[in-house]
Amino acid sequence: MSEMLCTPKPLTTKEEIHTLLQDKGGAKYYAQMKQMKVDTEALARDVEAACKSSRTRTWLSLCARCGMCAESCFLYQANDQDPKQVPSYKFQSTLGELVRRKGQVDTEFMLHCMEVAWSQCTCCNRCSLYCPHGIDTGVLISILRGLLFKHGFVPWELKIGSGMHRVYGAQMDVSQEDWLDTCEWMVDENSDEWPGLEIPVDKEDADIMYILNAREVKHYPDDIAKAAILFHVAGENWTVPSEGWENTSLTMFAGDWEGAANNVKRIYKSVEKLRPKTVVGTECGHAHRATVVEGPYWAGQPDGDPPVKFMHYVEWVAMALRTGKLKIDPAKKIKVRCTLQDSCNYVRNNGLGKYTREIMSYIAEDFVEMSSCGDHNYCCGGGGGFNGVGLYRKQRNVGLKMKLKQIQDTGAELVIAPCHNCWDAIRDMMEEYEVHNIKWSFLKPLLVDMIQIPENIEHNPQE
Amino acid sequence: MINFVTGPLFTLSLAVFALGLIFRMVAYVAGLDGKADRIAYRAHTDRSIPGIFASIIKWLIPGGSRGWRAQPVAAVLFFLLHFGAVLVPLFLLGHTVILENSWFGISLPALPADLADLLSILSLVALVLLVVRRIRLAKLRILTTAGDWFILFLTIMPFLTGIVARFELCGNYEGWMLAHVLFGELFLILAPFTKLSHIALFFMSRAQIGMDYAIKRGGAARGGAFPW
Repeated sequence: MSEMLCTPKPLTTKEEIHTLLQDKGGAKYYAQMKQMKVDTEALARDVEAACKSSRTRTWLSLCARCGMCAESCFLYQANDQDPKQVPSYKFQSTLGELVRRKGQVDTEFMLHCMEVAWSQCTCCNRCSLYCPHGIDTGVLISILRGLLFKHGFVPWELKIGSGMHRVYGAQMDVSQEDWLDTCEWMVDENSDEWPGLEIPVDKEDADIMYILNAREVKHYPDDIAKAAILFHVAGENWTVPSEGWENTSLTMFAGDWEGAANNVKRIYKSVEKLRPKTVVGTECGHAHRATVVEGPYWAGQPDGDPPVKFMHYVEWVAMALRTGKLKIDPAKKIKVRCTLQDSCNYVRNNGLGKYTREIMSYIAEDFVEMSSCGDHNYCCGGGGGFNGVGLYRKQRNVGLKMKLKQIQDTGAELVIAPCHNCWDAIRDMMEEYEVHNIKWSFLKPLLVDMIQIPENIEHNPQE
Repeated sequence: MINFVTGPLFTLSLAVFALGLIFRMVAYVAGLDGKADRIAYRAHTDRSIPGIFASIIKWLIPGGSRGWRAQPVAAVLFFLLHFGAVLVPLFLLGHTVILENSWFGISLPALPADLADLLSILSLVALVLLVVRRIRLAKLRILTTAGDWFILFLTIMPFLTGIVARFELCGNYEGWMLAHVLFGELFLILAPFTKLSHIALFFMSRAQIGMDYAIKRGGAARGGAFPW
């Protein structure tokens, strides 16, 4: 193995992905990165272009270094108020320096930037609510990630993830065939219990087009079955697209803006082809942000709106409960004390917290809010790609402490986490800190067990 | 000497201050790049306009935003400093006289002398405590640069010299008053070129983040402005 594994070029072929995957944990990749020269001329141009808006330049120069942002950051709190974790310090010592030095930096500096960008900030944007000048460190770190990606200083897993999206149109190696086979398999698996269940593929002019996370296809196919059952019971006229079905974006985490744009354009193309009235995305936070909040801009949509109405899964569930499409069996409501994990990406950054609370009012008898919640929630500890980067696993585990304490303070036995990254982080914190008395769940499995089955829906309970 | 510094030099300082800040505001708006920022600044004015006002007003009111309430000590110091720093330069009797007699000829009402004294003293106390805060807290030590100390110096000196002169604390009233006017004018001249430009850019930056949250980050679901 003498080939170059670490270069600024994105991965664009199956072979390149395969080769990099062979380098376990990225040992050789990171070793090469330490030797990689910085193209300072190109970097100077890229920094200039990335910071050309007066908003960004003003943020960097106006920051009063007042420290009001410090306590708003869960990583500052979880790391015993380490001053290096003050949001302002994180962007001043990285992007701020890149701008001040006009890109004249060395490899060591870029490695420092990489560590800050992916292990000290999850781009949760909470600090933007606490800065008197409205400076958003998450946005600045995201700009930094874009520069680092372009120059090859990106964690191994995210380099691969970006390549997966570019090659497979999904965050992992799930082909179109795998996807369609999984749909068929899930219908077969469940049609004894739910006669008439279907997952309609490429149906035109449906009311709902459902898009999801490739992990569900690869690791949690039952989640797809549950989505299908809930649409079936609710009597929805729905479909899934054979192409453009994956709405996650490791490209967004990686700062691969070109790849991120390709993802969202793929989805919008399927919207154009199938003409659904609404698109519903699965219980994933960053997928919503990448497709509905940032996505329209990457795709060049006028006014920053997606081409048709896009809903996060929680919006659809809230609507279905409100309109009676789904009815909860009162005897089956959640009896134990439960709390709700707000995903930064669709709550703070898209205002959907009211819908999750509306859902809780239907399904939970003893719902308790965390100490700081809704728009002011703390990141689960695993957002922004943090969960997936082996190099920063230790830092991630420290970061999990904040959310664990919040959860434990509620006294809840169940955490409802309608977001893949939050769900993973909560699973990992319970394992890492050996907490055995708290469970966690997506909404779909809870709902399937709780709904009343209307008379016109055939249902043969199993066992 | 005093006639020169309160006359032509004052006119020049105030002109640099006002024109400089106006230029900074215009340049800010002109330099906003909706594509780079991924914010459709011109779209959804039904949400963005309330978004701008909420973002500014809630942060102008003591305790008006959750951010201020989360850091009550720092917030009290910032507000004490800013009450004096905004009201005294504009409405202290001596200042209104100079302004009215200057080339600008603007006539402003004057604060009662006792109130102006109190506001000035509170501002100076707040500034001293902000210096102490900056020295004592690890989170601020790591952030602080020479530039931050210079800004604090520029802000403290007009208050300090003004108070010393006003209460004749160190004799030589005229010397202290001359120093006061010069430090005040130095502040005015440098404001557009330093972080002191937040006098104007605070409003622009807050308007921008208010628009961001209203247009793009949940304004549609929240029904307009972010509830800072």
